[in-house]
Amino acid sequence: MTEPVLRVQNICKSFGALKASDDVSLDLYPGEIHALIGPNGAGKSTLIKQICGGLMPDSGRIEVLGRDVTTLDTVARARMGLGRTFQISSLAMEFTVLQNAVLGALGARGKAFRFFGNVMKDETLLAPARRALERVGLEEDASRRTADLSHGQRRQLEVAVALTLEPRLFLLDEPMAGLGGGGSKALTAFLDELRHEAPILLVEHDMDAVFALADRISVLVYGKVIATGTAEDIRANAEVRRAYLGEEDAA
Amino acid sequence: MGRERMFNAAMVLALVLVPLWAWMTAEPFIITLATKVAILALAGVGLNIALGLGGLISLGHAAFFGIGGYAMGILASHAQTATPLMEWPFLIEGTNQMPVIWLVAVVASALAALIIGALSLRTSGVYFIMITLAFGQMLFYFAISWSAYGGEDGLSIWVRNEFPGVNTLDPIQFLAICYVILGAVLVFAARLARSPFGLALSAARQTSERVETVGLTPFRLRLTAFVISGAITGLAGALFADLNRFISPTMLSWHTSGEIMVFVILGGVGRLYGPVVGAALYILLEHLLGGVSDYWQVFLGVLLLLIVLFARGGLIGAITGREVAHD
Repeated sequence: MTEPVLRVQNICKSFGALKASDDVSLDLYPGEIHALIGPNGAGKSTLIKQICGGLMPDSGRIEVLGRDVTTLDTVARARMGLGRTFQISSLAMEFTVLQNAVLGALGARGKAFRFFGNVMKDETLLAPARRALERVGLEEDASRRTADLSHGQRRQLEVAVALTLEPRLFLLDEPMAGLGGGGSKALTAFLDELRHEAPILLVEHDMDAVFALADRISVLVYGKVIATGTAEDIRANAEVRRAYLGEEDAA
Repeated sequence: MGRERMFNAAMVLALVLVPLWAWMTAEPFIITLATKVAILALAGVGLNIALGLGGLISLGHAAFFGIGGYAMGILASHAQTATPLMEWPFLIEGTNQMPVIWLVAVVASALAALIIGALSLRTSGVYFIMITLAFGQMLFYFAISWSAYGGEDGLSIWVRNEFPGVNTLDPIQFLAICYVILGAVLVFAARLARSPFGLALSAARQTSERVETVGLTPFRLRLTAFVISGAITGLAGALFADLNRFISPTMLSWHTSGEIMVFVILGGVGRLYGPVVGAALYILLEHLLGGVSDYWQVFLGVLLLLIVLFARGGLIGAITGREVAHD
């Protein structure tokens, strides 16, 4: 079997008496979408922060592309090819849509310490930025102010910025939130293709999307992964049904 | 041409025409006022790179302004008494040549900004403001006790320093020097804002976690901006010292930091010409209202309050509307 792109091994993180991550292990293989689901407060955000480098686990180990990154910061992990989107958009709101995409292209190409030349005329940055916007369907909105975008469009732009990084793996934190039915369908189709470029760790509340897309699903409850498996395994898992899917999957 | 550019062009025109008129009607005082505007605007352009572009609320820019001033004072005082600064391990003599003084002022204030920035940029918000303020006050009290260069009384330089090929004692010629420097720095600041670095720095101001996830370190961007900002304000300090032919610890006091910030806020934070408009307005008010009442700053306070409350983009914002994202 091929090496996993991301491997989380037995990480624990506590805040006082609260165990936000309790011996969590999961991995992500090339070409797959691995969905992480769990009720609110299950510790998904804490887990993501630890994977991205915003938070250090108390114990355990995180590997990206076979390298131990447990002690590396967010910047170093981003440079290694971890492309993430945020649950709550953290785009530069004063920028145009295109400027946000150019920022991604700029960071990925290590050109931030150039003091001359108009950044918005640099074709080596504009080309990948425009391509990313086109792929998520925002090319028409390139010159709009980001603050004027709808909630759903901001999610699309989040994904576009991650695309400009040409990452080795994606970590998408609720990319469907706020996208209406049509947008959600379009993004599902897009992510379906995207997994062949780089594998995706997908945190998502939209169960239709999760079950349509995920090769594997991990269920996080009270900081613990209670099950990992294919969509069928998870649907059939009694513990998962009890803990989480109960209400939503009853029908 | 956008409204802001038209407004800026009008501003430049006024800055050229007023001294020209003063020169023709032999009003040297007006020329001196214009020189002061240009120099203080320059200090503000420096601060605006940290404050407007980087979102770094520095209340310690007087440190750089003062270091620039003391660079001039120290070099020139040694030149006028013909005593070397130091003889061992190598000989350093004073100088009255402006280009050398400017270079020393820029390097010294950039170095100070590097040290102060490296320490204070580890904090943010109110703590950053307080630490920059503390560093400024530290230098202020150091200057007060530094009797070799005048201590509390300051230090006079008898003759203005020299610039090759220019008679710097002629007010209009010294004004021209200041204008050329201000113009060059404005061009530099405009290009910096449009550059890849400018985009990244501006993004770090708005959302530093985004900047990290694209693989850039906000601290490095901010520190670089702080050094550039300090260096420009330091250069302004050297010119200011030459305008007055006098340096004193006042240049380092936190009042000076506050004044520089007032220029930026009056004109418009983050606007290229904000500090120019702000400094011009400040000097104009000081000149006009200062004649009416010693308490003219009360009016300034009211104006500042109105601008902060109702025109977030400063005077430029009030006149030309919201800033358009650069193309």
